[in-house]
Amino acid sequence: MRALLPLAFLVLTAAAEGPALPPAQEAAARTLMHELRCLVCQHQSIADSDADMAADMRAVVRERIAAGENPEQVKSYLVSRYGDYVTFDPPKTGANLVLWAAPLLFLAIGAVAVWRLYRRKGA
Amino acid sequence: MTVRRIALVLPLLMFLGFVALAVYRMGEPQQRVIASKMVGKPVPAMDLVGMDELHPGLNDGDLRQGTVTLVNLFASWCAPCRVEAPQLKELADKGVVIHGIAVRDTPENITAFLKDHGDPFRRIGMDPNSKAVLNLGASGLPETFLIDGKGIIRKQYIGQIRPEQVAEILKDIEEAKGS
Repeated sequence: MRALLPLAFLVLTAAAEGPALPPAQEAAARTLMHELRCLVCQHQSIADSDADMAADMRAVVRERIAAGENPEQVKSYLVSRYGDYVTFDPPKTGANLVLWAAPLLFLAIGAVAVWRLYRRKGA
Repeated sequence: MTVRRIALVLPLLMFLGFVALAVYRMGEPQQRVIASKMVGKPVPAMDLVGMDELHPGLNDGDLRQGTVTLVNLFASWCAPCRVEAPQLKELADKGVVIHGIAVRDTPENITAFLKDHGDPFRRIGMDPNSKAVLNLGASGLPETFLIDGKGIIRKQYIGQIRPEQVAEILKDIEEAKGS
């Protein structure tokens, strides 16, 4: 009986934060919640925050998924309101592209440097 | 200095520069103000229940009546909302149409709040689940949106309205009237 207690708690909190979802949709909703920034907290996702606003955002995520939207559509709804700041997984376009490409670029420069060094030694 | 030396020292200098920048910027607070992407766009669809008989609800159609309006997001539990109350009162006394959106609040608490701090609102829509907050791209309380007569969001004032902002807002309203 005691083992069921956390489960009951989970069901209760889920009910308070939007509609109950089938397991697969709930899992998708939770994955998305970890990618969305709580707007009133310091670098927390809405999945990790106890703030009222985070709870309201979780409810909106569940409601939209229950209404048939996929996680990408829910995310783009919030991005249309708050910009890329709201997501921890910013799109790989524009200025963000530099951030994504820079490590690869430096890795390539390093590889070329190493290759040239060994070639010289070998010669 | 040979090219080889420069090649050795440059990465180290770049790294030290990066560390210095990181340490220097560490002391700065993180981005607190999150501007709404809805500024410049039409008011999103909403239909909020009214608070009481004196304050009917608020829907997006109410904000397309040809009058420039302010929409103030507030709550009785929000301390800075008390601080900005005199400024809202001043704007209302000067004839500005102000509607309220009460976030996560109850009519009883709002009635008490308005009694203590003045009532500048024509309409008050209840937003118990922050739906309107999210729809407007607001991130905290208080926030105020300036909406022109066609229902386009023109400005967002984040945080409490300070006394010196009243003149600026009146000017913004005049500009919005011209369009």
